Amino acid sequence: MKCRVCGKPASLSLRAYNTALCADDFIAFLEKRVLQTIRRYKLINTGERPLVAVSGGKDSLALWTILNRLGFAADGMYIDLGIAEYSQTSYLKARAMADELNRRLFRFSIPKVFGKEVAELSRITRRPPCSLCGTVKRYAMNRVCVTEGYSVLLTGHNLDDEASALLGNILYWKEEYLWKKDVVLEGQGSSLAKKAKPFFLCSEREVAAYALLKGIDYVYEECPYAVGARTLVYKNVLNQIEEMSPATKIMFLKGYLKRLRSEPKREQATSCIACGYPTYTEKCNFCSLMDRVGGDQRFAVDTYDPAETRMEPGETRPDNHA
Amino acid sequence: MTTLSVLCYLIRMKVEWDGRSYDIEKRMTGRKLLESFNLSREAHLIVANGKLTTEDQTLNTTDTVRIIRVISGG
Ligand code: SF4
Ligand SMILES: [Zn+2]
Ligand SMILES: [Zn+2]
Repeated sequence: MKCRVCGKPASLSLRAYNTALCADDFIAFLEKRVLQTIRRYKLINTGERPLVAVSGGKDSLALWTILNRLGFAADGMYIDLGIAEYSQTSYLKARAMADELNRRLFRFSIPKVFGKEVAELSRITRRPPCSLCGTVKRYAMNRVCVTEGYSVLLTGHNLDDEASALLGNILYWKEEYLWKKDVVLEGQGSSLAKKAKPFFLCSEREVAAYALLKGIDYVYEECPYAVGARTLVYKNVLNQIEEMSPATKIMFLKGYLKRLRSEPKREQATSCIACGYPTYTEKCNFCSLMDRVGGDQRFAVDTYDPAETRMEPGETRPDNHA
Repeated sequence: MTTLSVLCYLIRMKVEWDGRSYDIEKRMTGRKLLESFNLSREAHLIVANGKLTTEDQTLNTTDTVRIIRVISGG
């Protein structure tokens, strides 16, 4: 196959677009697509400061890279789940990217707040690790946005993540979640940051190819709790359909966005009586968790700033044996 | 058998997939390779001799190939 733009041998076939591109033209294509998504759905407006949720995986590191290449001065935010080797490795990858982009990286640490890692919290509260992780992530990301003055939180959710979640919500008619998966979710005053997903229309394969071609060093292993997730089954099913009829996933999501615009707006949240962040109950999930298991938030967040860590000549960073 | 044909017989495509290494005797397209491992084209990328390649490309027995899974469950 030849690159449709320059005629050189192609590196990637894009069947959903009925085309094939060489490495350089694919990189340009994906970056343009992200910029179009940002503009078309107003993910980042002029004057809005973006923060990227960074896990150390391919999606978030690719997103962080693209945003900076497109001229958005985006800093990063990492959540430390305290999962021995996995958290250590993924944080180092995130930090290496902070160095490369010369951007700040905030870290919210679950073990520092609770003195326990996710598995132990899960045992105590009898809640699945992913559900706890979700509660803490939502709170922590929003907290850093609000206290550090970022107006929009960007996540690396891609086309496959969104299409599989949508399929799951439809299969079991989870109507309480069904209409909450927009490409952009507006914030609420100064207590809730806006959230957006610039990879909403980019497939996981495209994002992985971008990461590979840009030489992005990401954690290939997954969070141990992701293993056996239903998401994988949905993604596989969707990809089988995609092989039969290319562009099905993107049409599925575009159709969703169209229908979403005609749905009535959801109810407004009230403020948590403890922390003031939006919630649909009296106290937000995070504050209820703090009540239940106890915790100390004084050292919850630390900041890594490449500009502040200038090294002496000949000094090497004591990291990354991975 | 000449030395050359013995050599040809010994040369096999090296394929790295899911932390394991495989030797493949025949040349074939990337598409066929993925099929032989029962893998979806939508969920995998093929890197031959360090370069990302399209699935219609023929992979030779002298090539070193890496199959990369792109789908994660998080
Ligand atoms: S898989 Fe890991 S990172 Fe993802 S939600 Fe579950 S615990 Fe959190
Ligand atoms: Zn080209
Ligand atoms: Zn609260």
